[in-house]
This record gives sequence, C-alpha cells and structure tokens, in this order.
Amino acid sequence: MSAAHSHGPAVAEPTSFEFSAENLEHAKRIIAKYPEGRQQSAVMPLLDLAQRQCGGWLPKVAIDYVAHFLSMAPIRALEVASFYTMYNLKPVGKHFVQVCTTTPCWLRGSDEVLHACEKKLGIKAGQTTPDGQFTVIEVECLGACVNAPMMQIGDDFYEDLTAETTEKVLDALARGEKPTVGPQNGRIRSCPAGGPTTLTQSALAAGVKPQN
Amino acid sequence: MLRDEDRIFTNLYGFESPFLDGAKVRGDWSGTKEILDLGREKIIELVKESGLRGRGGAGFSTGMKWSFMPKTSNGPVYLVVNADEGEPGTCKDREIMRHDPHKLIEGCLIAGFAIGATATYIYIRGEFYYEAANVQRAIDEAYASGLIGKNACGSGYDHDVYLHLGAGAYICGEETALIESIEGKKGQPRNKPPFPAMAGLYSRPTTVNNVESIAVVPTILRRGASWFAGLGRPKNSGTKLFCISGHVNQPATVEEEMGIPLKELIEKHCGGVRGGWDNLLAIIPGGSSVPLLPKEICDTVLMDFDSLREVRSGLGTAAVIVMDKSTDIVRAIARLSKFYMHESCGQCTPCREGTGWMWRVMERLVKGNARVEEIDMLLDVTKQVEGHTICALGDAAAWPIQGLMRHFRPEVERRILEYRTHAERGARVAAE
Amino acid sequence: MPKLTIDGIEVEVAPGTSVLQACEQLGIEVPRFCYHERLSVPANCRMCLVEVERSPKPVASCAMPAGEGMVVKTNTDTVHKARKGVMEFLLINHPLDCPICDQGGECDLQDQAVSYGYDRGRYEENKRAVKDKYMGPLIRTYMTRCIQCTRCIRFVDEIAGVPALGGLARGEHLEITPALEAGVNSEMSGNLVDVCPVGALTSKPYAYNARPWELRKTESIDVMDAVGSNIRVDARGGEVLRVLPRLHEDVNEEWISDKTRYAIDGLKRQRLDRPYVRGADGKLKPATWAEAFAAIKARVAPLPGNKVAGIAGDLVDVESVVALKDLLTKLGSANMDCRQDGALFDASNRAGYIFNTGIAGIENADVVLLIGTNPRWEAPLVNARIRKTYLTGKLKKVAVVGQNFDLTYPTEFLGNSGSVLSALADGSHPFVETLKAAMNPLIILGAGALRRGDGLAVQAAARAIAENVGAVREGWNGFNVLHLAAGRVGALDAGFLPGTGGRDLAGILAGAQSGEIEAVYLLGADEIDGAKLGKAFVIYQGHHGDRGAHRADVILPGAAYTEKNATYVNTEGRVQHARFATFPLGEAREDWKILRALSTELGRPLPYDTLAQLRQRLVQVNPVFGSLDRLVPAVWAPFGQAGVIADAHFASPIENFYMTDPISRASQTMAQCTEAFLKPALPAAAAE
Repeated sequence: MSAAHSHGPAVAEPTSFEFSAENLEHAKRIIAKYPEGRQQSAVMPLLDLAQRQCGGWLPKVAIDYVAHFLSMAPIRALEVASFYTMYNLKPVGKHFVQVCTTTPCWLRGSDEVLHACEKKLGIKAGQTTPDGQFTVIEVECLGACVNAPMMQIGDDFYEDLTAETTEKVLDALARGEKPTVGPQNGRIRSCPAGGPTTLTQSALAAGVKPQN
Repeated sequence: MLRDEDRIFTNLYGFESPFLDGAKVRGDWSGTKEILDLGREKIIELVKESGLRGRGGAGFSTGMKWSFMPKTSNGPVYLVVNADEGEPGTCKDREIMRHDPHKLIEGCLIAGFAIGATATYIYIRGEFYYEAANVQRAIDEAYASGLIGKNACGSGYDHDVYLHLGAGAYICGEETALIESIEGKKGQPRNKPPFPAMAGLYSRPTTVNNVESIAVVPTILRRGASWFAGLGRPKNSGTKLFCISGHVNQPATVEEEMGIPLKELIEKHCGGVRGGWDNLLAIIPGGSSVPLLPKEICDTVLMDFDSLREVRSGLGTAAVIVMDKSTDIVRAIARLSKFYMHESCGQCTPCREGTGWMWRVMERLVKGNARVEEIDMLLDVTKQVEGHTICALGDAAAWPIQGLMRHFRPEVERRILEYRTHAERGARVAAE
Repeated sequence: MPKLTIDGIEVEVAPGTSVLQACEQLGIEVPRFCYHERLSVPANCRMCLVEVERSPKPVASCAMPAGEGMVVKTNTDTVHKARKGVMEFLLINHPLDCPICDQGGECDLQDQAVSYGYDRGRYEENKRAVKDKYMGPLIRTYMTRCIQCTRCIRFVDEIAGVPALGGLARGEHLEITPALEAGVNSEMSGNLVDVCPVGALTSKPYAYNARPWELRKTESIDVMDAVGSNIRVDARGGEVLRVLPRLHEDVNEEWISDKTRYAIDGLKRQRLDRPYVRGADGKLKPATWAEAFAAIKARVAPLPGNKVAGIAGDLVDVESVVALKDLLTKLGSANMDCRQDGALFDASNRAGYIFNTGIAGIENADVVLLIGTNPRWEAPLVNARIRKTYLTGKLKKVAVVGQNFDLTYPTEFLGNSGSVLSALADGSHPFVETLKAAMNPLIILGAGALRRGDGLAVQAAARAIAENVGAVREGWNGFNVLHLAAGRVGALDAGFLPGTGGRDLAGILAGAQSGEIEAVYLLGADEIDGAKLGKAFVIYQGHHGDRGAHRADVILPGAAYTEKNATYVNTEGRVQHARFATFPLGEAREDWKILRALSTELGRPLPYDTLAQLRQRLVQVNPVFGSLDRLVPAVWAPFGQAGVIADAHFASPIENFYMTDPISRASQTMAQCTEAFLKPALPAAAAE
C-alpha cells in the first residue's frame, strides 16, 4: 500500500459504487477473455476500470464491488489491490505525477526532475496540491531507461526531461493543455538523439537523417 | 557491425506504421501457413538449431523449453508472453510492442502452434498503456484478417491471443508470479516443481517466453535457422536488442549482433561515453540484477551470455547501464537495493527481511557511516539471501552488492574512513 | 514407491511424500515454520532447506517431492548456514520480547532460535513495528511478532472455510489483516492460536494468565458437542485455565471448536458448590448433604416406583446414567428418558441412532445428503471433515433438506419441508438417482430432525433412503445420526429409556402435570421447561445453577466434565474417557458417588463402591462400554416406524452456536462471541 498519498485534499470515502453502463459492458468483455470459471483473472483489469471511474483511486466499496462482481472473497481482491502499486488506495490529484528515480533515471538527473516538480507545485513527493490538481510521487523503474529521466503523468510518459522541460510539462497541464508525450528534447523515441545509426533506408524514407 | 538487412526489428524506432499495413511491407505474416505446415516437431527443431536463447534474462534455449511441453494434452494449453518489462535499464520489449507488434503476434501463433497451445496470453506491464493499445490494435487486425483465431492463416489451427495488463509489480516478470497474476492473485512466485510446462496457467501446461524471444521466431523461420545461428558466436547466436542508458552521449535502443564488443556498441551507437571512454567508471551490462563491471573489463568484454558469465556478470536483458567517473557508485547500487526491497513480494523470509536489511546498510555505506567489518557482514547477508528463496529476486538483490564490493571495495572503505575522520575531527573541535 | 537416501540412510516412501516427510519418517528433524501437515505448502519460510545432490541451490524440503534415487543431506555446512541465515532474518524484525509474550515456553521461534540461531545479533537498523489488528473476542494480536508464515491465512481459507484473513501489501510491509472489522467469524477460529508458530496470535481470554510450565496437563474429552473432541485440560490449582486440542485423527484431527476451547470460563460461574433444599417459604436454602438426602428420602421413599421418574441431560456421563438407572430400577420405576429434547426415535437398534460411517469415514463419501442439520454449528469438526473431503475433490455433491446454511462448501438445496424427505424416501425425488449413482453415499440425519412429533417416521424415511440408494452394504454404512449432546449416545447405549410400561419424556411431563408422577430426578437435565413439571418434587443433580436447578426442590451439586473420571460416547458410538483435572467445587462431588450415597440413604444401595466396579457394571449393561476408543460396527436391522411425515419445515435446533448448555451459557467469553458475531451490528451509540 502506497503510504504516499496522505496529504491530499479531503475526499470523502464513498458509500457505494457500481460500474457505469459503459464500464459494465467493458467488464463483461474483459471477463470473456478468460476461461469459464476463471473470472477471478479479471480482477486486475476490473480494479483498473473501477479506479478510472473513481477518479484515480480505489475506495473500499469499489474493491468489494469488483470482488462480488467476480464471485471472489473481498479479502482476495483487497490483497490484489494492495499488492500492485498502480492501485491507489487513497485519493490522488487530477494529474498523478510519477517520477522514476531508479538508477538509470537517477544517473541522468531524476533528482532534478523531482525537485522541479516539488518546487513548481510547492509540495513534497508523496503529497497532493491543496487544489487537488497534482499529486507527485517517486516510483520505481517505468521501463523507458534509454529516455531517462522520465515521469509518467496519468497514462502518459514524458521522457528525456530536464528541470526546465519538467516545469514546462507541468505548466501546460496546469493550463489545461495536453503536452506532447514522449521525449521532451526533440529526439525520436528511443533512437539515438543524433539520428539513427541503423535502419538507414527507412529513416531516410521517413525523412529522418541518419548519423554519418 | 550488423547489416541493416540482417536486422529483425526493422521498425524499431517507428519510422513506419506499426500496424498491419506496415508489418506486411516488412515481411511479417508472409508464408506463415507454410511455416505452420512444417509441423510442431520441425519448428521446435529449427528453433533449437538457430541457437536462440531466451531474451528475458536467463538465456535458456527457447527450442529446448518448448520441447518440455507435453506432446499431447486433453484440454487447454497456454503460451504466455512475458511483456512485464521492468528490469531497471531495460526497455527493449517496449519498442517491439509499440512499433512492431505484428512480429510478436505472428510469433505467438507460431510458438503457440509449436507447443500445442490453444491460446496465448500476453502479459504487459500496466504502465505501458500505449504499448498495450498498439498490441491490442494489432491483435484486432490479425483477427479481422484471419491471421489468428479460428483456422489461423488458413492452417486449420485455432489460436486465440489475449492481452492481460499488469498493475505495477516487477516480480510479475518472474514466470510463475506472472501466472499467478493472470489468475487474479498477488504476484507471488510459485514453488517448482511443478514447472509451468506441467502445471502452469490454470494448472494447465504452459510455456512462458519473453516478448523478444517470441518476436524473433517468425524471422528466424523465414530466413532459416542457419542464418540466425551464423550471427554472433557459437551458443550465443543471433541478433539482440540492446538498451544503452546512463552516461553515454546518446542513449538508445539498438539491434546488434550478439557478441559485439561492449565498447564498440557504445561508441558506434551511443556516441560514446560522456567525456570519452577514459571517463568510464563502470557498466552494468545486463540490467540491474547483474554485477557491474569496472572499466578495465569493459574495455574488451563481448556482449553475449557466455562472455559476460566469464567475467562474473551476465547478459541478462542486455540493458547496458553506463556510469562515468562522476557517478557516486555506492549510491547507484544502493538505489538498486531500494528497488529490490520495494519489489520483493514478501513471501520468502530471506528476501522479505534481507532486501530491507541490505538497503539500510547500503544507505549507511553511501555516507560511510559504518564499520569496515560491516562490508563483510553485508556480503554475508547477500550470501544468506542468494539461492535461498523461491525465485531469483533474492539473487538479483544480492548480486549488485556483490559486484560493487568485488570491484569497488576500496571506495567503500575510503568513505568509512573519511566519515570517521570527519566525526573524530568534529568531536575534537567540539571538545576544544 | 520412490527410494531415496537421506543422510546416508535409504528410505522408501509412498508416492507424493515430500522430502521433509521422508526425513520425518527416519526421525530426522527438519525445522520449519510455514509448513503445517494439514495445510497447503507455500514453502515461504525457507527454514526447512536441505541439500539435494545435483541441485545447485538448497531445496525447501517441505515442497520438494521425494524422487527416486534422490540423495538428500540435512546435516551439512551449507544446510546449517542456510538455516542460520533464515533464523537470523526471522529474528531481525522480531521484537524479542519473550519475557512478556504469552507464547513464551511453547514458541517454535524461541525453540528453533536456540537450536539454529546465532548467539548474537548483527542487525543494527531499526526494527519494524506493525499495527495490531482486531480479530474478535478470542484472538489477541501482536502483529510485530508475526513472521509472515501465512499459516493463519491458510487455516481460515482451507480448514475453517472462511476467507477471513489476507496478506496485504508486499515485501517487508506484508501484513496479515482480517477481512472484517468484527474479527475472524468462524466457529474454529481459536485454532489460529495453535497454528501461529509465534506469539502474534494468542488466546485473548488466556492472556497473561500462566506460563506453560506452571500448568497441570490432563488428557481428556470435550462435551460441548457430540463429537467427543480429544482435548488437553490445562489447570493451575483448582482452575481450568485453558483447553487445547489433542490429536485424534479419527475424531477431531488436531482442531477443536471455539466453544470447546473457550467456554471454560463458564466452569467458574453460576456453579452449584453445595446442596440446597427448598424451604417452606419456597426459597432454595443452602443445606448439608445429610439434609438434602433426608429431604429426598422423606419425599421419595414412600412413593411407589411408578410415581418416580428420571430424566438425563445433555452432559451426563455414562457412569452416573447407569447409576441413576439402577437406582430407579431398584425403586421400581421404569420411567426414564435421556431425550430431554423430546426427540422421538427408535433406539432399539444401535445402527439407528449413531453416526455409523464414523467421522473419518466421511472422507470416503462422494455424495452427502444432510437432513435437518446444520453441521457447522452442531458439530464444527464434522463439518470441517465434510469440507476437507470436498476440497480433495472426492466429495462431488452435498445436498440439503432443511434450512439452507452457509456450510463453507457448496450445497444443493433440495427444500426444507417434510414432503421433500417423503419424496426422497419413496424414490420419486430426482436426487435419489444422484445418491444411487454415488459410490459411497452418506446421509446425515440431524438430531433436530428427530425432535418432531413425526421423529419416528423421519428416522424411518432416512433409513428407507439409505437402503434404497445402497448406502448400507458390506464395508459401508452411510446412515448417520448427528447428535448434539455429548451424553446422549452413552445414555442410549446404557438404555436410559422407558422400560416396560415406563413413561418417556412426554409421559413423564404429562404425569407430572396430572399428579401421576410425584418425583422427578433431573440428572443434569437443563433443557426442560420447569412449568411442565407440574407439582412434582424435583431433584436436580448437576453443576450449574441453570434451568434445572431453578425448578428444583433439592439440588445436589455434581461435577463438571473436567472434574471427574467419566465415560462419554460420541455420536459415532466411540467410547472415550474424560479425566479428572480439577476437584469439583466446594462440596460438590463426582456424580456417580452422589447417586451411590443417595441409594444407601434410600435403603437401596447400589452394588458398586469404586469406579472400577462401576465400570464393570457398565460393560454388563452394554458390552460396548468395554471397547474403548474403538468403533464397533452396529448391526443393521430394521428400525424406525414408517408413517406420515408432516410437511412442516425442518428447523435448526441451535439458535446460538456459542451457548448450548449450562457451561457455555455461563461463559462470558461465549457471551462476547455472541455479541460480536451473532448479534446484528447495532448502530453506534449516539447518546454522548
């Protein structure tokens, strides 16, 4: 259970939960992926669905609802919800900023990225801004190491960050804009910054200049 | 250097469409039926011949693994693709999923056929939202075009492919934890035996393979096992995706020939080490779990399973983490210790208790706030964890520390002395 | 049969045996914490590591199947180092507060630390502290002591069948957490205290009471239900401080119900510790034994035998029942009944009133039919055995006629009216085919189903089903009556039933109302409505000031089950001996001795002066009493009386699992459990 989200705005624990009509259909489609009698397999995607519906976190009633939905003991669903870090058992801000600080990101300046977030938002890692707009936490490796340092906000990866570009992304979000995801230094995805060293033909075809 | 025509992942950087239109141009899904027509035995034989070793870290022969599956089975048999990429330093499967998902799906069909599977579950880490979306779109395209599903590619073989998203747990990259996770439980690794080939997902025969291992199979079978076996060195054949991160001028993911010299890999594709090769301090050559290598080994070592094993490290996921001389090497490793503590599932005593202990001692060593004897005690603790747990996470937590002490013990001792000197001086000043 | 070598010794073991079990067969000790022979094997504590040749790493012996030709070493440097390491890891975050821990002296961690631990700690970091959890009135938690072995989670999941506990979070934050705020809602929850290898889960009622070495331990038999669980009674001075299960594979395995374990505080409350005689003012007054006997003599001696009657209660031992029967017979009375619940059934044939299959025999059943019973409350250990069989996959179906309770395994509800039973008996119900197709069909007839006016017909119908579906044949008798009272089968075996021309319970009560019965001897009979005894002179012999004593004219204080050497026969017909653990309270005496003394007073002395003589008499009454702890198969012969079964619903005889007899009714702990688990949640008091 992430102890991180305890400084946010007071969000009342809801007393009931049920899937929206749309999510109900989605849930049924998810369950259909698994063999009959194995509907427990759907607990993770359904918890995710519930979390998205609840605005980024999972109240107890939602976990219990999913458990009942799948005919599993509520404690088993709670075990799952508490085991995986992507489930937030406490409310989080509208923009959930996760800064990777594991070694590959740290080597390339994740400390500055995190500090930039803290400075810009006026909160410490683990906290939520008083207006409920931003939550910042430190997380472990998100699997974009050649684009380090990076942070994930909602579903989006912002990569190849500096303190300045971090602030730019946060500013844009605060203004209600959607910054371009991916590298913030103009580079093409995981391709070397100076241009590709391989796959020359397709690079040229795409209008990208290879190195050398 | 590997020629472009020998590269498998020709859309690594997404210069072209990742979807069916682009994939067909790149040669995917061509002659798939003919490959299936070779039959299970023949496909497994060819994959063995190619020398393909698992790209997830352990480096076990993929064909051999497939051959452990029962020849006949009443009821479902599963292929599970491990796309829970999370080993720090590693981001290669991400590129396959977002830019070349059809290679993976075609691989699922062929591998699934070879092991007699009725369905594939692809387990993608939950954070890879867009990667999963691309894979799902590719699956939908493949179904719509009759490439998978009933009578896949007109082969008479039925094979379903499903996506399952994780939700934040490195341990689910361990194959039995991953299976538990698909079953809707906490990702806690299972005891072996029984091995998944006997009782895996839903207690049915199951093979778990890494994304890259599966995605290279169609090309291997199209171009021939000997083509793949001819690249690299004996027992370390083929091409490999390398992710080079850290202190290089241009971090990148690149497909290269197995056995490429580490120095060449960095200099050719990443613009060299920041400040030049002589500014290199150490490299973790295969993802965070493997012991680091000091510069003098990096000067000459080749990037393949056996070469790196000879220098007491490993190819792992081929994630190369480069650290130049500005690096606080003790802190770099201490941060990994924190990672393993955070990712321990908590079931086995040595890992649950040991990862936290190791990290706490490492944090003190970063400052030097320790006694020299504690270095040996810490190494002893790593030995008490290593090999004593259900899965390899315990080992993975132990090795980086062992590597650090093997090559940088003097630095650790220096900090302890410095810290003590400061403390004593401080005490003297205070006394005066 | 794989053959393997362990520490140089060859051993052949059954297929499926683990390396750890193979070691045990050779008497080689392998330390363990998470492994429990009755639970699934997670192999997470890593204490049982051994070396296996050709395996690069030490192997968890609990989870490794013994293989042909395996060479195992348990006594090498590698093994010792591995165990020492695991022990050290277990201790670094363990509080080492043994001096104030209730587990002290019987703690696996403490014991194994002595054998396998380092002699000093190397851990200099801060220790972990874990918040305690509320697990109800029976279990006290001290979660910092928890070693995350998960035995408790597996116990409630697998044995108790209630997903009441989970392991939340992960890594070093992994915490055992109850699912409900009320605690662990299971009749078997007290066993958690036993399965916990450390002092994380301890007994709340026993908290800080005693150290194990201060206790006098007596092996005995439980009377809280008709299972006859084997128990150990731990006492200090005159007080029973705790009851623990004793291993009996065929009865209770190593579990006991919460009532068995925790009703014992009822032994200290509302006890009859001296005789009483009702005075002219209608009030009960303390009396001497002589005064009490004199009062009885004055009223009973002049009566003709047919005006005297006896009723035996639920907790009576066979010795006192036989003594009372002999006394009544000497007085010329055939008016006696041990079915104080008013059940009507044919007791002429033993097969008609016992659990013929045996509790362990349940494990061979593939289809079970429950008639008018809630085994989860009536006999939790029987229910646990059904669940165990269900979990093995052998038991394919359990069907229910009667109330549809959550029994911790899936059931098929056939209906709860008498007509369903009739349809099953005449073969017209479709479920009969399922029973017929079964290899070993098992029928359990609840005592509650016999507690009806049509009890004889119900019994006969159940017999008809058993015979029709092939539940009774050579080597298998699937007809079973599940009794509630520990004393019932013994009293039935002793023939404490109306003799020729004698009255049964209804007859006795009618006679008491009409004046034809003038004296009634209640031997521990507490479930009788006092008003129904009319103006009869009532003698109550027993140990608690419960319902029987309230109506009594003379009270003779007897001994509770922990205070006497006594014979009990469980629902299977298994004869077992309870043993004296503490003295009866005050002037109270062992029950048969009271009757023996009274018989002299009445001028009709019973012919036994010692327990040995009385036990010879028991065997004379029924040879079955001589077969200690052995199941004597009952001969199958017709019983019951075919008749019309009323359409009325079958009702559960137990409204509150925690309070079913004078002892548990006097228990504050049982009252707390009732409050916590059975009373619907009350709205929070807003008065303040």
